[in-house]
Amino acid sequence: MSVKIDTRKVGDVTVIDVSGRITLGEGSSALRDVLRDLTAQGNKKILLNLSEVSYIDSSGIGELVSGFTSVANAGGTLKLLGLTKRVKDLLQITKLYTVFDVHEEEAHAIRSFV
Amino acid sequence: MDTGAKELLDNTYPSTLESVDIAEGEVLKAAGDAGFDEDEQHRIGMAVRECMVNAIVHGNRYNRNKQVRVVAAVSGGRFTIRIIDQGEGFEIQEVPDPLHENNLLRHSGRGLFLMGAFMDDVKVRKVSPSGTEVTLVKNVAPHR
Repeated sequence: MSVKIDTRKVGDVTVIDVSGRITLGEGSSALRDVLRDLTAQGNKKILLNLSEVSYIDSSGIGELVSGFTSVANAGGTLKLLGLTKRVKDLLQITKLYTVFDVHEEEAHAIRSFV
Repeated sequence: MDTGAKELLDNTYPSTLESVDIAEGEVLKAAGDAGFDEDEQHRIGMAVRECMVNAIVHGNRYNRNKQVRVVAAVSGGRFTIRIIDQGEGFEIQEVPDPLHENNLLRHSGRGLFLMGAFMDDVKVRKVSPSGTEVTLVKNVAPHR
């Protein structure tokens, strides 16, 4: 399986732990489904943990962006946690790094939600 | 005539998403054989992945009667990958700039940009009777 996705609650924040590859096909559609379901269930504070993600392609970036906007449109906030160097580089190249609120430590990220 | 070029790969793939992974893996092996380190292989692999996705999804539109050809070679200090689809082609000047503020949050449209970011040169041309050939070039460092 190209990607594994688990969700857990830390207080009122929903943490999505993603591991593997977020690429066109199974990986990106799985992330899209999880974000859509969480948004539909009314989750407003979502932290996407990408620390175990080894690879993201442009389709994966598209899902991050779509997730960010759909959560925001529903009145919520999507933040990113634990980018690997390659994923960070990719977001910087595409000028998206400053669009997202990116954190390195989970506790700090959780506290940042108001 | 001997051009000094060393061909590392010349394969044809069906228009399926599985072909993206297969072609990426085979080009990565060729890039390793050409002497690129792990980081450079990663960049080359990403460029090939984006190009294969464009060829299969936007070019051949998953048509199983159409194929994608991938040719990789080393010549004159340049690692060159040509990816040729059988689609209807596109005008490169009509591809929106994904870094423009109006396009920054678009879901798609970053593939061609990423190819340029990860490779030293990218060329796109129409081929006869129909299709697009994308040429991706990575310079081989002098110490290799």
